[in-house]
Amino acid sequence: MCSLALFPPPCSPGQTTLCESNNELLTGCNAEERLQQESSPLTLYFPRDSLKLHSRTESSSKAAFLDHSETLWMRSATAWRDGGFTGLLNEITNSHEEVPKWLAVSSGCILALLQRISSFHSSLFPHLTLSSEDMIAEFSQALNWSDCVVRAFSWHPHTDKFAVALLDDSVKIYNPKSAITPTLKHRLQRSIAAVQWKPLCASALAVACQNCLLVWNVDPCSLSTRPSSGCAQVLSHPGHSPVTSIAWSPNGSLLVSASPMDTAMMVWDVASESCVPLQRVGGGGVSFLSWSTDGSHLLASTPSALFRVWETRMWTCERWPCEKGRCQSGCWSPDGSRLLFTVQGETVIYALTFTDTPGVLTGASKGSQTASVVADLSQTTFNTSEGDVTVGGEVQSLTWDPRGERLAVLLKGDPRADRPAVIPVFKTRTKPIFELLPCGFVQGDPGAEPRLLQFHPNFQHGALLTVCWSTGRITHVPFYFQSGNISRFRLNGSPSLPHPQEHTADLANQSLFTELMS
Amino acid sequence: MFSADQNCWFVRKVICWRAAASIAWAVLLLPPTTAVFVILSKFSLLFPIQTLSECLSVMTSASGILSFVLLCSVTTMVGFLIFVYYTVIPTVACSKIALLGHLLHPRHVANSLLHCFMGIMVAWWAAVTIGGRYEMHTYPCGVEDAPPQMCLNEYHLILLLAGAFVGFSHNLFGVVHNMNYVFFPTVQQYKYLRFKESLPLVVKCSAAQALYSIRNYILVYFFLGYIPREWICKMFNLHLNSSTHRLDTISGLLDLTLLYHLWTSATFLLFTWYMALLLFRIFITEDYSFPIQSSFTEDVHQCLPRVLSDPKPGILKFLALQDLALFSQHSPWRRGEVFSLSQPGGHPHNWNAISKECQSLLADLTQRLIAYHDSVATNGRAKSLSSGSGELKSTSDSSSAISGAEDQKSPMARNVPIQSPDCVFGSTQPRHLTAPFTPPYQDSYFSSPNLRRLATSVYQGSPWHGTVQSPHIMRRAPKLWSTPTDSQSSGSPLLSAAPLLSPKQVADQPGLLAQFLHNRKEQVKSFLSKRVLIAYLFNKLPEASSEALFAGSQAHIWALEGLSYLVQASFSEDHFGVVQTALPSILSTMLLLQEAVDRHFKLPHASTKPMRTAGGMGEPAYKTLRFALRAALKTAIYRITTTFGDHLNAVHMSAEHRKRLQLFLHYKE
Repeated sequence: MCSLALFPPPCSPGQTTLCESNNELLTGCNAEERLQQESSPLTLYFPRDSLKLHSRTESSSKAAFLDHSETLWMRSATAWRDGGFTGLLNEITNSHEEVPKWLAVSSGCILALLQRISSFHSSLFPHLTLSSEDMIAEFSQALNWSDCVVRAFSWHPHTDKFAVALLDDSVKIYNPKSAITPTLKHRLQRSIAAVQWKPLCASALAVACQNCLLVWNVDPCSLSTRPSSGCAQVLSHPGHSPVTSIAWSPNGSLLVSASPMDTAMMVWDVASESCVPLQRVGGGGVSFLSWSTDGSHLLASTPSALFRVWETRMWTCERWPCEKGRCQSGCWSPDGSRLLFTVQGETVIYALTFTDTPGVLTGASKGSQTASVVADLSQTTFNTSEGDVTVGGEVQSLTWDPRGERLAVLLKGDPRADRPAVIPVFKTRTKPIFELLPCGFVQGDPGAEPRLLQFHPNFQHGALLTVCWSTGRITHVPFYFQSGNISRFRLNGSPSLPHPQEHTADLANQSLFTELMS
Repeated sequence: MFSADQNCWFVRKVICWRAAASIAWAVLLLPPTTAVFVILSKFSLLFPIQTLSECLSVMTSASGILSFVLLCSVTTMVGFLIFVYYTVIPTVACSKIALLGHLLHPRHVANSLLHCFMGIMVAWWAAVTIGGRYEMHTYPCGVEDAPPQMCLNEYHLILLLAGAFVGFSHNLFGVVHNMNYVFFPTVQQYKYLRFKESLPLVVKCSAAQALYSIRNYILVYFFLGYIPREWICKMFNLHLNSSTHRLDTISGLLDLTLLYHLWTSATFLLFTWYMALLLFRIFITEDYSFPIQSSFTEDVHQCLPRVLSDPKPGILKFLALQDLALFSQHSPWRRGEVFSLSQPGGHPHNWNAISKECQSLLADLTQRLIAYHDSVATNGRAKSLSSGSGELKSTSDSSSAISGAEDQKSPMARNVPIQSPDCVFGSTQPRHLTAPFTPPYQDSYFSSPNLRRLATSVYQGSPWHGTVQSPHIMRRAPKLWSTPTDSQSSGSPLLSAAPLLSPKQVADQPGLLAQFLHNRKEQVKSFLSKRVLIAYLFNKLPEASSEALFAGSQAHIWALEGLSYLVQASFSEDHFGVVQTALPSILSTMLLLQEAVDRHFKLPHASTKPMRTAGGMGEPAYKTLRFALRAALKTAIYRITTTFGDHLNAVHMSAEHRKRLQLFLHYKE
């Protein structure tokens, strides 16, 4: 087991991590770093003041109009439309002078009964009482989501472009090869929780919003900087909002979306805009999804202390109850056999192995019966030249680089205890045995707190970690290393095939494409 | 179609059993449904215990069990009808008149009558079960001093007629919304889970549909209810009790109990029938694993490569393609069998057969798209035929080529898509009315200009008519119904038929008299087309032709997925390089199709999304198949390009295709 105490101490506050080279993290002071970053077209800075925020919500425009008394029928109809059945009951109960007494009383009783039931229900699942903004903030992978300037970030799986969702509900697409940065805005694009590019496609970008799911089709050859909202497909299902997590299947055919309010997760066939709800009892919703890299498994965590691992051939699931809290984040090894996850309230990383061979239709995958602890991230104090620095705590998110050699962890800090949020990076090895080794802490500008992490899906020289900071800056930290098992990975970072790794050995003798091995 | 499919081994061994299992489950689910219905219909808030005991006694009585047997037989019959009429490729009506034609087809009329009858049976069962005032169809009545006489019980009658009406409207709705279309699920799940997930939908659907049907029924009964009542009174010499008031009055129909009972009975009826439909769909679309190769010669016809090339029945081909798409994605072992070589000889027969069949499927779709595009100008209307003689020639060429092929009874003729066995009005209707019945691209490439000429009717006297009115074509043109096209069956595209052009056809020029008659005909047509009703009936529904073109595209999607997964896997698993030899042709097939699809989507109405209907049992899945195909096609090409990357530069292909492929390699598509 690897613990934070084995890590090299974090560098002094003025220093920023630049890259990893020769097995150590290089740091630089600010001026030097600035110079380097100005030259990089992918390093972006979104000052908080430059974003125009919504000054008021849409419903508040009601206040601008004079009060006008309508007939009971009209009000009831409006209440039915706006608030559904409970809204109607509320309206009837409130206007008790106009309706017959028995109606007002009975609707009041029904309303009280409904409230009892719902309060009972929410006592089982406390997250149901949250407003949808708070719920996204609670379940998003971004640290302190409601305060984030960059709320979601996604690299394109095949090319060097990425999408950034900002605080002002717009999504921008950056491509170093073109000067055009399309800005995507849509009436329904509110409170973006996640964005993800569709694999095996150049243009489709899924955006998880407060009320629906949008799939943008951004033509990479188009010169338009503001694609019209006609380019977006709106996918919505009653009761399925807010959407806090989305995952494309690695073969690009299906999109899965999850909402903590909905016990079913939706499997979308995006082209035909149809969905299949997959529902299981327990959990009270689905908060986080992660598709394994080979496409054979899907992690779905719920807001209660339970998560499921779906097998995507026949869509059956295994239940994994946790002891303490819900599963906060998870990530898969590149061959899809190992799942790392973290649980809220605990400061460790767990690992689960799945050893079913793809193609054998056994239904249930045979793996380990319990999760094993692989890393301890509890509080550790380092003695540095500037004094003692305490790091450690709960994990906000995990990400593993596509080669399976670096694992970046975003640790929640505690501002009261003077414990900053930090990014410890582990060196990992999956073959022949699973190993975690300390690599170092990634640090940003002084005062900047990391909010989001993602690895570049196909960086040629190692791994490239992209970090979004609380200041609105997006930086990229390269990790230069020689991959130990490079032959496993094919050109252009295409999704690895679900074939057993033993094939690799005889491939070297038999493959007709010898260029691959060079 | 039923008898034609019967002798196929697959239908006998698999499909029949699946249908039987679905019917058996539908019957097994009847007792709980019945119990719920009985409780709902007899429930009273004040005496719950009494209600329950009453329900129990009704269900266990001898008459209750006997009538339950009747219910079972009705459900079996419904299941059987679903089995007879199901299709995997929906029939898309391209105009209102074609839809009307569908509805008036004798087969459908007979089906409707049968459903009416079964509706009456279920309603009778409901009436007996609810009991009380509904139970008997007559009751003794009369004033004190007069002799006793039998009176008609109108409550009984209204329930029976409601059953008939709901049965009929169920059938009507089914035909209009293609309820017999069996679509395949997006994700594979076990049958029980699929059933569990669809059950709430079925309940919701049947309740809502019952509500609409009963509303319509009450309107009909209010205005026309006296007709059946008087008729039955006359037939059976019954009387009407003058002391009770009639039910076709407002006060009679506003009886809430009556409405509630009508609605629950209709919901029960629809629920049992929808349940049979749902079970059938679930059972029939379950994936079936075909062997790739067999060591016994008598089983060879059951292996996947052979099955894929079978033109009939449609379900076999679909299940085979589904199996191909699934195993190519999930099963390395079965992929290995595809890439293997035959034992003596060392030929990759399995791979050759599979790739050839998939490619011919895709090429066939490309051909149809190109032919459709050629006949439609970019503004969405028929091309001005008099403008270009070149295209005129090509159209008539291909049409006469088809008739030529038909005449010669060449082996090729088997492959030419001929899919309209039943021409109902073909011989009886006037000629000018027949052509528009044809859904244009579902089955023939050349009859659609006829259709559009009627709609627009501006092309009188164009020389094109001369050729197209040749007897061969007129014989083929009048088609009202097209049984589902299995376009994928036509292994060889039209182009291969083109060289069969016989000189006789070219020489077949019309005389002066024919010309004169023809002009008259055109005048009649243009006159008719200006009438509002006719224009309404004959106007094409905007997206229908596009939908019809892609009606069977689920097969193409699976072919694309199967091919691309196999090619992707071949990169590391194909030890003998059997896939590499086919790579250029696979790529060019896909790129050609991509070009054709892109062009098709530039047409008006092709890219408009259909209205999203709130989930009913009639599936609108076929309406979005063209979008699904476009997405699957792009994904398939990307799957190959990301796997092979720059190695593709070594593949031989035309310069144009290379340019297109470069776009994919640079993620610019």
